[in-house]
Amino acid sequence: MLVDDEALARSLVRQLLAAHPDIRVLAECANGFEAVRAVAETKPDILFLDVQMPQLDGLEVLELIDRDAAGRPAVIFVTAYDQYALKAFDANAVDYLLKPFDQARFDRALERARTRLAAGGVPPALALGPRGAPLTRVVVKDGVTVTVLPVEKIDYVKAEDDYVLLFSGGRNHIKKQTLASLEDALPKERFVRIHRSYLLNVDRLLRVEGSATGAFKAVLIDEARLPVSRAGAQRLRALLGARPR
Amino acid sequence: MHPFFTQSGRLGVYLLGWIPLTAILGGLLMLAGGLSLLEAAALAAPLGLLYAFLCLSSWYLCRAFPVDSARLLATASALAVASLVAASLWLLSGTTLAWGLALLPVFETLPDRLAHAGPVVFLLGVLLYLLVLAMHYVLEAAEAARAQERRAAELRTLAKEAELQALRERLNPHFLFNSLNSIAALVAGRPEEARSMCALLSDFLRTTLGMSERSSISLREELALAHRYLAVERVRFGDRLTVTEDLDESASDVAVPPLLLQPLVENAVKHGIGARLEGGILTLVTKRRGDRISIVVENPADAGSERPAGAGIGLANVKRRVAACWGDAGHVGAGLSNGRFRVEIDLPAGP
Repeated sequence: MLVDDEALARSLVRQLLAAHPDIRVLAECANGFEAVRAVAETKPDILFLDVQMPQLDGLEVLELIDRDAAGRPAVIFVTAYDQYALKAFDANAVDYLLKPFDQARFDRALERARTRLAAGGVPPALALGPRGAPLTRVVVKDGVTVTVLPVEKIDYVKAEDDYVLLFSGGRNHIKKQTLASLEDALPKERFVRIHRSYLLNVDRLLRVEGSATGAFKAVLIDEARLPVSRAGAQRLRALLGARPR
Repeated sequence: MHPFFTQSGRLGVYLLGWIPLTAILGGLLMLAGGLSLLEAAALAAPLGLLYAFLCLSSWYLCRAFPVDSARLLATASALAVASLVAASLWLLSGTTLAWGLALLPVFETLPDRLAHAGPVVFLLGVLLYLLVLAMHYVLEAAEAARAQERRAAELRTLAKEAELQALRERLNPHFLFNSLNSIAALVAGRPEEARSMCALLSDFLRTTLGMSERSSISLREELALAHRYLAVERVRFGDRLTVTEDLDESASDVAVPPLLLQPLVENAVKHGIGARLEGGILTLVTKRRGDRISIVVENPADAGSERPAGAGIGLANVKRRVAACWGDAGHVGAGLSNGRFRVEIDLPAGP
């Protein structure tokens, strides 16, 4: 399957694939949303994936499709940018093709994909950690629907075993990720861990209530009430103290 | 505070210069008043030292009356009055000193003889005062020239930085890599188009190379470069990139620094077209209104999404270059309205 927002770039990969008659192109996608859907529907063995694409980039696509354990494709990134290479290998990409490339280089990448597939499939991606800069959006998938949540629209995040529940405007989205790794990737000046299981967007905080037993509750703008641990209260105070009012 | 007192070396040189002047004073006293060498020395040494400091006051005069043809008469009379007053004061202190020295038997006749030399001493006082005044004017002028030089050097540095930045923008490697990738894709199936893409790309690169050697170009040339760039990007993006233009021919002759618009056009393509699924329309407008020129670069933008990091660099560069070239007379405005990101440059039409 070929994913690139430029038709010419897809056509180049298709041309180079002509030398490999055993490989059939199942789908061509011009953006990340199409790609996530098409991967679920067609279950390709090999995915040629551009990194820089509008709205949902290649790394985010990988993050979303990789959670479906069965039939995980071997991913070959295709991009003009070399700065994503490390990230791509963290994500267990098979190879990283820098545009423009020739038939020999392309064949080598394909050979590595074949070897990987013959060796019994692709190991799962390592958790995608922070990309240097804090995330500005989080991508989630409910069935085949991909939702892009800008971080400022997230009210709070709750941990549920190996998953996180992201609450945004009265709706919630589930995502397979640990709360700690999400906390690492989100902007520190906005999100604070108020409890072992809760990460709060402080812009949504209305007030903090104490109770007779000494336990705190955070009350959000939409009246939701979240538990606040002793350490969480300290972190919350530190963050609110540091922010200009 | 006089600059000589903040820079001790200069005060020393100035006082050294007064040694021959004091000798001249002594000589004149001997010639005009018939003073003996001892008398002349006893009188001239303290008087010379005193006048050296008295004349430093002319610095304030020099600051208060800068060389200005409109106030020539006022300046000249002020300077004349000041020199007469200084010389009178000097002669007065000389006479007082002479009377003081006359208490000693050796200098009994000193006041009398000084009275003979009085007019000459007064004249010398006026001349010396004017001399020091002239020196101050020369020093001030040199200082002003140095400050001017420093400002010019700063401006040159700023222009160089902008040029370097523009060079980096031009050699934007991802643009090149993506264009080369398009050519690679076209070569086999559509060789004609591959050839024309090579020509477009070379055209663009050659034009930018020629431009960077000049300090200014016409807006017409800058827009022609933007056309070449957009032609290359149209091959890459296909239907996603549409360009509309409304160019005012009477605005096209204004001189601009080379590659002023290029970062804006590249940003518009990258963020306005490349970052959107459906692409969009990029608009270029130039307009002349009286003695002002306005240049607008506009691209579609999603209202909710903030500008990605990196978008601000090109814009900041354009703002700095406009500021360096036109000062307060040029403006750069940028903002989001009606789902479009719009940058407007407003410049004087004249040179």
